[in-house]
Formats: sequence, structure tokens, C-alpha cells
Amino acid sequence: MPLQVKRLLLAFAVFIAIMLVLKYFLTPDSWREYGAYRGKALTEISGKEAKYVEMETCAECHDTIAGLKTQGLHVSVQCEICHGPGYKHADDPDNNDLEIPRERQFCLRCHTKNMASPQDIIKQIDAVEHNEGEECITCHNPHQPWL
Amino acid sequence: MESLYEALANLDGFIYPNEIALNWDLLIVMYPYITGLVAGAFILASLNRVFDIKALKPTYEISLLTALAFMLVATMPLITHLGQPLRFYEMLITPHLTSAMAIFGFVYLWYLMVVLLLEIWFDYRYDMVIWSQQKKGFMKFFYKALTLWISDTSPESRKTDEKFGYFITVIGIPSAFLLHGYVGFIFGSIKANPWWSTVMMPVIFLFSAMVSGIALVMFIYMAINYLRRKKTDIFCLDTIAKYLFYILILDFTLESLDQIHRIYEADESFDILKILVRGKLFFTFFIMQIGIGTLIPITTLGVLQFKKPRERTRKILYLIISIFVLVGIFFMRWNVVIGGQLFSKSFYGFTSYKVNLIGGTDVSLSLLWFIVPFFILAFLIWLLPPWKKFVEKTN
Amino acid sequence: MAINKENYTRRDFIKNSGMIAGGVVLVSLLNPFKLVFATKKPVGIGKWYGVGIDIEKCIGCGSCARACKIENEVPNEPFFFRNWVEQYTIMNDGQIKVSSPNGGIDGFKQPVPDENIYKTFFVPKMCNHCAKSPCTQVCPVGASFESPEGLALVDQSYCIGCGYCVQACPYGCRYIDPQKGVVDKCTLCYHRLEKGLNPACMMACPTGARIYGDLNDKESALSLFVKENNCAVLKPQLNTGSKLFYNALSQEVH
Ligand code: HEC
Ligand code: HEC
Ligand code: HEC
Ligand code: HEC
Repeated sequence: MPLQVKRLLLAFAVFIAIMLVLKYFLTPDSWREYGAYRGKALTEISGKEAKYVEMETCAECHDTIAGLKTQGLHVSVQCEICHGPGYKHADDPDNNDLEIPRERQFCLRCHTKNMASPQDIIKQIDAVEHNEGEECITCHNPHQPWL
Repeated sequence: MESLYEALANLDGFIYPNEIALNWDLLIVMYPYITGLVAGAFILASLNRVFDIKALKPTYEISLLTALAFMLVATMPLITHLGQPLRFYEMLITPHLTSAMAIFGFVYLWYLMVVLLLEIWFDYRYDMVIWSQQKKGFMKFFYKALTLWISDTSPESRKTDEKFGYFITVIGIPSAFLLHGYVGFIFGSIKANPWWSTVMMPVIFLFSAMVSGIALVMFIYMAINYLRRKKTDIFCLDTIAKYLFYILILDFTLESLDQIHRIYEADESFDILKILVRGKLFFTFFIMQIGIGTLIPITTLGVLQFKKPRERTRKILYLIISIFVLVGIFFMRWNVVIGGQLFSKSFYGFTSYKVNLIGGTDVSLSLLWFIVPFFILAFLIWLLPPWKKFVEKTN
Repeated sequence: MAINKENYTRRDFIKNSGMIAGGVVLVSLLNPFKLVFATKKPVGIGKWYGVGIDIEKCIGCGSCARACKIENEVPNEPFFFRNWVEQYTIMNDGQIKVSSPNGGIDGFKQPVPDENIYKTFFVPKMCNHCAKSPCTQVCPVGASFESPEGLALVDQSYCIGCGYCVQACPYGCRYIDPQKGVVDKCTLCYHRLEKGLNPACMMACPTGARIYGDLNDKESALSLFVKENNCAVLKPQLNTGSKLFYNALSQEVH
């Protein structure tokens, strides 16, 4: 074999060896646990904190309101849709107040007239005309609209 | 973020909310552009060597060094565009084999290390040995290191150089095809995007790469001779121009074929693409890519095949044509990369893209990655001057 | 340049091309088409999540999109969404109007007067968690992957932010997080599922228009939903193996 080729092969061998060593040390440890990705990523993603705690947790302390709501037409409307994520509040209610949406615009997000909203699923009102100028909650209880 | 709000205000029809932001900006336009220049310049060198076209001899080393200079920065637009540029190494360490992009690192390494470097090395090895004997101090050491400390100048060793150099050129042609066809595949394999997803994409990319690479070498050859105050070999230029003409025709035919197919088939995406090409892409597509980049060069070169004006006129024409072609191919990449993101995959509307000429990082970086290769080339030519090569005896 | 090339190069050339071609054939024989899709559906074991959306129940309140943004810390600007709602309006003259102002988070207005409307409806969109997902297929480093449960997830500490997956997703469900420089997308609230909670969008939906479930379990809510309704997926021609099933999907929806 000519000298040049020998030297070149040597150079390539060194290069490939370096690549293999790098590959060995840089490959993350849980690689290929399930597939061509880091297996640990699954636990990392599932380890994130949940911000919405769902109705059962609220009901532990606010049982009257929860009870009220279960009897009304807003039964399927989760507390946290209106009050915002409750993970901090549920842990420490005194220092973490939730938002209380009292303005008309809030209820109208769901209840404005729009032909695209199915009429049989939700009752819609004319945003301007329906008891103009008054907050919805003066007549409707948000936790049980017909009270 | 402001530019996004501006795009939001100027939305045309409906677009998925996540599509308002164009993810692949000017830098990704530069990436196939530069890789194309590499592949094209290399193919010109191979034409000379494999098919033994003597007239191209003066450009052989220049095209190889040009290819190398651009190859060295070819990955940079891609890397600087990444959201996490420092994680780039992952592509080589844990390549995901179903991804066209993951293979890029390997295609690139193969082409750079095995094809380009080796071909240049075999071509220059003998000269570098001689230079290392002539020079002193650091340069002596440098050349010696470049020769891998081989100081063999015997005729047999030169024969070996010749033999292997030729062999690598032969491997090099499919490799250059692979390199750029593969870049086309990155786009052509995205089934989600009807503007990209065509089997013709790799082929079109390949031929446009050859066109642009040949034009670049033509330009650089003239520029170098101008700077060195040497006379340009007009016969060589004529030959390059002839090949440029042929390949331009091929390229244009293929691209037209693709468009005609698209127009005739008129599948579900056709309506939106028609509006795209006639509207947002009108300037870059019809005027820059087709007009300036293709039709004007083809007609001029075509006429020059039959009627040869004075040498000076021809040189000026060649200079203009090479620049036109380079600009045209740039806009071809633009139309592919940017054009493919301007319309919504819902087929109901468009977003917009404005290049931030002042202060945009994408523009300054793109310019940088286009200018740096010329400095590298200057360095390479200083290091390995083609005209100081030991002239070979022909037997 | 006049060494006799005829003798060796041609032979070498043929030999080498033969070797390369042979190698390619060998590799593809060993591994026929296995490389093409990133994951394989596990047969009958474990969970295999899918999502069902009942368009007839969607009232377009955007609660899902808002809850999702808060739950997953999606940037507040109107260019980044893991899920959003679109309003389709087909006019009497056949014109199709689609809109999704801020992903529907602030509610919708109907721009067209009622008498001109032929039909109109809302379409909530989110990741399709495709079984043959084009996005995980193209990830160059394996940062986008399909979990054993059939969810397309992103390993954000490994993602390089190239944006290839964003281009590859036919549904526009991915975005590059401008602060983190990595891609982000719907995880079907994987962190909530593992804690026994519903995904944020499903929890927030006041009408139960969204459900999710295990497609391997033929008695699950989703399996029954798909069985009992006339369900369709988006862009079926792309063969993405989408697992987001819409009830009453109109053909205008892309
Ligand atoms: C650990 C028991 C507990 C849980 C769980 C809990 N709360 Fe409370 N909540 C309280 C207490 C105590 C107060 C009164 C504190 C105050 O007035 O600052 C309160 C007050 C409130 C208020 C009124 C705040 C104000 O500014 O007047 C709202 C609204 C509320 N809770 C909603 C919720 C919702 C929604 C949930 C479920 C996510 C929830 N709470 C869960 C204990 C709880
Ligand atoms: C439709 C939206 C909506 C939903 C759903 C809802 N709330 Fe409220 N909630 C309100 C509004 C509006 C007020 C303010 C009422 C007022 O000021 O009279 C309020 C007030 C409260 C208060 C403060 C009561 C007071 O008298 O100060 C508590 C506590 C509360 N909600 C708990 C809950 C809990 C627990 C749930 C879930 C079981 C829930 N809410 C569901 C809209 C809602
Ligand atoms: C997240 C969406 C949402 C919000 C916000 C909301 N609602 Fe409702 N509302 C509903 C749904 C869903 C129903 C149940 C409709 C049914 O089952 O017929 C409903 C029912 C009602 C009804 C009974 C209509 C009937 O069927 O007779 C009234 C009244 C009402 N809501 C008032 C309000 C008021 C007042 C507010 C503001 C505090 C409000 N809603 C906020 C979703 C919402
Ligand atoms: C002055 C008291 C009053 C106020 C304020 C008021 N409503 Fe009502 N609302 C009524 C009464 C009474 C009815 C039943 C009679 C009717 O259909 O108009 C009603 C009916 C409704 C219905 C059912 C409509 C149907 O077709 O059955 C909805 C939904 C509703 N209101 C929502 C709201 C919302 C949202 C607001 C705030 C924007 C609001 N209301 C403000 C008194 C009020």
C-alpha cells in the first residue's frame, strides 16, 4: 500500500475513533430506553405541576357552592373556568385569592348570540339588549343561574 | 415580535395561528444556496478531470478551492439559525435515522473529508512537499503538517496521487449529486407542504446547484485574473459558458416540467399556490428567478453560441451573466424556502415576510456567511496558489 | 494526466460502486422500510391515546385554548398555541370565511349577517397525536418522539430548535418558543394524565365537546364515540394516522 494511503487511513482512523469516543461520552444515559429518544424525558414531562386542580378539590372547602352548582345548569362549567387555576389557592387559600369575574363581558364569552354556537347546547342572548347596563350576576347566580 | 404583530395585522385570509411566524428565514435560504455553490463548483472541476476537458484546466484548482471555501461555511447558516445552536453536536451523536436532516451531518462529513479534502490533498501533495522544502520557519512546518509528514516525491508516488485523485473524483460526482440532491430531499420530502413536496425537488436542486456553481467559478476566475492583472483565457470562458448554457437549459426544462405538471394536475393545493405565485412571489419568481436568472442568461448564452462578438464584449457579457445567474438561483432558493411558508397549510390564506434590512440578525448573519467564504478562498489561494503548482510533464 | 486510466479505474469504479450498491441493498434487506415511521403501534398492550371532538357541541367559548395556555405556560402572544378554535362560516354565495382571532381565547364575533350564512360552526384544533406522525419522523436528533402511549412529545432539554418538525406538521400544531428556543406542542397534558387528571382543555370544556381515551380499550369513551358517530380525521390523504377524530366534520375544514 502506498505511503500516502497508509497515512490517510491512519488519519481517518484517528478521526473516527475520536467520533466514537465522543459518541460514547455524549450520548445521554437513558437513550433508547423505549425508542430513539431519552427515556427520562417521559418522567420529566410528566413531572410538571398541574395548575388546574378540578372541581373535587374545590368542593372539599366550598361544599355549599359546589353543592349549589351541581344542582344548577352550570353543573358542567368547572369552577376554574371562571375563577382561574386554583393550585396555589387550594394549597394556601388565605394568601392566594382567585379572580372573580363579575363583568358582563365574561358571561357573554359563552352566552352571546352567534349562529355558529349550537342553540340546543347553550342558551344565547343578545349581548346588548338583554337587560342592558346591569351585571348578569344581579339576577343570575353564577353558581346556579336560576336562583 | 413587532414584525409578527405587523404580519398579524396584514394577514390575508385565514392561517393557522402558529403559522404566522415564519420559522425558516433568510438563513435557511442561504443554506441550500451555499451548498449548491459547493456542489456546482465541484462538478465543474470533475468535468475537467473525469471527462478530460482540457479547456477547463485553468479553472480546475480554482473550482476545487472555491468548493472547499464554501463547504467550510455551508453548515453555518443552519447552525446559527437553530434555537439552541450549542446543541448542534447532537445531530452527529444521536442522529435520528428517519430524519432527512439528521443524515446531513454525515453527508457533509463524507463530502468534506473524503471527497473535497482528499481530492485537493492528492492534487497538491507533491507541490506541498516542494513548498515545504522551499519555505522556512512556521510555513515550512505548516506545509509539512499538511502533507502529513510525507516527503516522497518519487514518480511512483505522484502516480499514486494521480490514480487516487482520479478515483476520488469519480466517487465525487455521485457524492456531489448526493449532497445537493439530498438538500432538495429535505424540502421535497415534506408531504405537509404541497409547494415543496415533489419528487422533482432533489433533481431541480441539483441542476440549479450546478448552474450556480458554474456561474460562481466563472465569476471568481474572472475576478482573480482581474486582481492578478492576468489575461483571462477566453477559450476557457467560452467552454464554461457552453456548459453553463447546456445545464441552464436542462435546469429550466426540469423546473418547467415541474410547474407544468403542477398546473395540469391542479390538485387541491393548486388554487392557493396560483394566488401565491401570481401575488406574493410575483417579483421574486417571474422577474428575478425566471427573467433575470434564467431567460436572459439562456438567450444571451444561446446567441453567443452562434455569434461570437469581440473578446472584450464577450468577457463583459460573461461577467454580467454569471452575476445574473447567481442572483437568479438565490431567488430560486428564496421562492422555495420562503414561498413554501407564506401560504397556510389550511389553504385559506397567507402570512407575510419582510426582510429586516437594518438590524435584522438573519440578514447580517446571511451576509456574513456569504462573505466569509470569499476570505477563506483568498486564504486558500494564498496557501495553495494554483499558478505556482509544479507544471506537469505530459508524456 | 496521461496515466493509463483504462486499466484500473474502471474496474475499481465498478467494484466500488458495486460494493456501495450492495451495502445499500443489504441494509434495506435487513431492515425493510422499518426506518420510515418513527414508532410502531403496540398491539393490544398498554394505552394508546386518542382524542375525539364533537363539533356539534362546541360553543366557541375558547375556554380550552385559555386553559391550555395557562396550564402549559404557552407564551401569551397570539402566535403560539397548543390548541385553538376556528370559526368557519360558509356563505350563501359559497364563499368560505375562516377566522381564529387570538386562537378564540377572547371569544368570537360573527362578521357575516345571519341572512347571508349558509352554515357556520366552530372547529377546535389541537395536536392530532398521529400514529405515523410526520413531525417525529423528521426530528434530526430524536427530541420529538412518540411515547409508548401514542402521544407525540417533545424533549425540550434535547431539542435543537431547527424547526423542521414545525414545517412537517400538516396541521400547524407546533411552534418555536421564542424564549426557550425550542419547539413546543400539545402533550395531551401528559403531566395531568399521569396524575389522574383530565387534560386542561377537556376539563375546561363546558359542554363536553372534547373527550380523550384509550383506543386499545374498545369500551372506552373514545372507542364508543368513534364507533357510534360518523367520525373523520383531518387531511386523511396525507396518511398521518391521525388520532384526533371529529364528529360531524364538514369537508370544508382543512
Ligand atoms: C383548603 C380549602 C380550600 C380549597 C381546596 C379551595 N378554597 Fe377557595 N377559599 C378558601 C378559603 C378559606 C377562602 C376565603 C379566603 C379569603 O377570603 O381570602 C376561599 C375563598 C375563595 C374565593 C373567594 C376569594 C375572594 O377574593 O373572596 C373563591 C372565588 C374561591 N375560594 C374559589 C375556589 C376554587 C375555584 C377552588 C378550587 C380550585 C377553591 N376555592 C378551593 C378555601 C379553599
Ligand atoms: C360561571 C362562572 C362561575 C363558576 C363556574 C363558578 N363560579 Fe364562583 N363565582 C363566580 C362569580 C361571578 C362570583 C362572584 C359572585 C358575586 O360576587 O356575587 C363567584 C364567587 C365565588 C365565591 C365567593 C363567594 C362570595 O360570596 O364571595 C366562591 C368561594 C366561589 N365563587 C367558589 C366557586 C366554586 C367552588 C366553584 C365550583 C364549584 C365556582 N365558584 C364556580 C363565577 C363562577
Ligand atoms: C364557560 C362557558 C360559560 C360561562 C362563562 C357562563 N356560562 Fe352560563 N351556561 C353555560 C352552559 C354550558 C350552560 C348550560 C346550558 C344547558 O345545559 O342548557 C349555561 C347555562 C346558563 C343559564 C341557563 C340557561 C337556560 O338553559 O335556561 C344561564 C341563565 C346562564 N348560564 C347564565 C350565565 C351567567 C350569568 C354567566 C356569567 C356569570 C354565565 N352563564 C357564564 C356556559 C357558561
Ligand atoms: C335584570 C335581571 C337580568 C340581568 C341583569 C340579566 N338577565 Fe339573563 N335573564 C333574566 C331573565 C328574567 C331571564 C328569563 C327571561 C328571558 O328569557 O328573557 C333571563 C334569561 C337568560 C338566559 C336564558 C335565555 C333563554 O333563551 O332561555 C340567559 C342565557 C341569560 N339570561 C344570560 C344572561 C347574561 C349572560 C347576562 C349578563 C350579560 C344576563 N343574563 C343578565 C334576567 C336577567
